[in-house]
Amino acid sequence: MTIWDDLVGQPEAVQTLSRAASGEGMTHAWLVTGPPGSGRSTAAKAFAAALQCPQVGCGECHECRTALSGAHADVTLVATEHVHLRAEDVRPLIALAQQRPSAGRWRVVVIEDADRLNDTSGNLLLKAIEEPPPRTVWLLCAPGPDDVLVTIRSRCRHVGLRVPSVEAVAELLVRRDGVEHQMAAFAARASGSHVGVALRLATDEGARIRRREVLRLPGSVRGVGGAVLAAGQLAEVAQQESKAATEDRNAREREELLAALGATGLRTLPPAVRSQVRKLEENQKRRATRAQRDVLDRSLTDLLSLFRDVLVVQLGAGVELTNAEMAAEVEQLARQSSPEETIHRMDAIAQARFRIAANVAPLLALEALMVQLCPVTR
Amino acid sequence: MAAPSGTRKKSTSSTGRSGGSARTVPLGEVAPAPLVLLVGPEDVLAQRAMDDVTAAARAADPELSVERIAASGYERGTLALMSSPSLFGGGILIRIEGLEAAPEALVQDLTAYAADPVDEICVILRHAGGARGRGLLDTLRSAGARETLCQSLAKDDDKLGFAAGEFRRSGAQASPQALRSLVDALGSNLAELAAACRQLAEGLELSESTSARVEVEQVEEWFGGRVEVTGFKVADATVAGRADQALSLLRHALATGSDPVPVVAALAAKVRALAKVSVAGRGRSAELAPSLGMAPWQFDRARRELSGWTEEGLAAAVLAVARADAEVKGAGRDPVFAVERAVLTVARARRP
Ligand SMILES: [Zn+2]
Repeated sequence: MTIWDDLVGQPEAVQTLSRAASGEGMTHAWLVTGPPGSGRSTAAKAFAAALQCPQVGCGECHECRTALSGAHADVTLVATEHVHLRAEDVRPLIALAQQRPSAGRWRVVVIEDADRLNDTSGNLLLKAIEEPPPRTVWLLCAPGPDDVLVTIRSRCRHVGLRVPSVEAVAELLVRRDGVEHQMAAFAARASGSHVGVALRLATDEGARIRRREVLRLPGSVRGVGGAVLAAGQLAEVAQQESKAATEDRNAREREELLAALGATGLRTLPPAVRSQVRKLEENQKRRATRAQRDVLDRSLTDLLSLFRDVLVVQLGAGVELTNAEMAAEVEQLARQSSPEETIHRMDAIAQARFRIAANVAPLLALEALMVQLCPVTR
Repeated sequence: MAAPSGTRKKSTSSTGRSGGSARTVPLGEVAPAPLVLLVGPEDVLAQRAMDDVTAAARAADPELSVERIAASGYERGTLALMSSPSLFGGGILIRIEGLEAAPEALVQDLTAYAADPVDEICVILRHAGGARGRGLLDTLRSAGARETLCQSLAKDDDKLGFAAGEFRRSGAQASPQALRSLVDALGSNLAELAAACRQLAEGLELSESTSARVEVEQVEEWFGGRVEVTGFKVADATVAGRADQALSLLRHALATGSDPVPVVAALAAKVRALAKVSVAGRGRSAELAPSLGMAPWQFDRARRELSGWTEEGLAAAVLAVARADAEVKGAGRDPVFAVERAVLTVARARRP
């Protein structure tokens, strides 16, 4: 294997990064951009491995393996559960970046959500990026170049990832995760080439069922009442899914915190401990909220793909359907509406995604969306 | 199922009741009986007991007809009229309030009825206490009435239990700390405590969480601002189509420091409830409400408010509220204008 194996369908990026690791065009600050699921953090980790490995990324040595798994002492990965990366999140990273690498060849700091830097934290970071110590590399990841402050962008070398092909993603699932061919092809197509989502769809039957239920809503819901109930169902599914995804981790974190404070098994917690626990719970709540919004965004992306299929049929475009397994529903929706209506519905989905990302009550945004997706009965 | 009047059993003192002596039933165990007596000054408890008995009787007999009598203004013969078997054979429940001020006509009619009560009919009698009407109470007691005392709650445990019960009635729950905090603040006045519980349960709907319960933070917020109350008033007037009143309530609320966000949330909860009951079809609220995630009283209320609302109107209302929510949370420049527009749009979406 090579360290670049998991970065599918990105030959240009692989070439740029591996050349840089061997000294050709190396610089101290990088900006890796690409749509969700295209492999931004995968690219950053592979690049970190190439930088630490004596053979520029053999894929076998201790440096390579720890850098890829996130356990390398000189590679720091930062992701936030907050809406913003705040100044207090960034300050310790800047201090860390001043230190020489402990054992490796480089000190690598990866910020996975550079789009969440605000003006204050961004400007703090800017100073650190401008004059880094000789063995420090900053790797910033964001969906697009426009998502980071222009002053930061102009000091980074930019590597753009693109949406990998469905075939490349399917091939990765077969090779890396042992997914069966047909399932891999379905998952890659249905996920819109999002590697993480594709893996989940391929390996989790619950995720497939939930996706199908979501896609069935537009064809089955009638009237405003039905739309409001369907919106409630969508929101609840998202809540349950995010709860399931965070529950175990929450309980473990609480146990670890109590153990660290010497309060394991205490019936009533002393005030100091209680305030720490409360702080942890606040963070967990925030994480759950973000997870719920992420799940909802996924559902909305799925709905968007459904109406894109409807439009393909209405326009007779002859392109392969993303949701081939829903062909009957797609045909029916296509017959019942005009292309203009379909475009209006796609706009409504985009608006709901925007609203949910902007912290609007998700249920309300979904209700307005479902009302627009489902025909009003008269 | 017409039941000829002749088949109705008249009970005698030898059947069913133990020699005509009174029985005392604890508050939590009130149940339908030929004569149910609720005595004592705590009106909230008496109202709850009356509702519980009515609900239990209705659960046993969906055809039950409920009659109400106010003791002051009683006209001779009314009781006999109401207690005559109904044409279609459903059971009868009669609620008589204000026994402490019963006029002579009622005393005489009740005395006559108590001597020979009908087993299938449940008569609930409410006496707020005091010396007046004592003789009537004794008559009813010796006729075998089941008596429940509605005294002010003295113990905190009882008040906590009462508050928990109030949340349950609204289809909600509250954390122990939330209950504690409510009882600490309002425990001296059960009516206020009950109102607070109901408003907090309504507010819980706004949190959009299906499993959530009222936490102590929400109680503190409620004490601090009581914005939900105002928000719901605005929302009530809006979905009733009273645009002028809604707008003036809204302006008053905003002028006295209410935040537009919870006002929009209250409006959203209202419109959501209307949309849900619009697809519920015919049937009893106790059966339909749970599947819609609503408490029966919310369901009944929304059903009443649904008159004048069409599918198109509801669709326009849902869109207007969602738009306002996005605008008050930053997408618009003027949050006050955003709520005002939503209130007007929703109020006008209802057909007068
Ligand atoms: Zn290596």
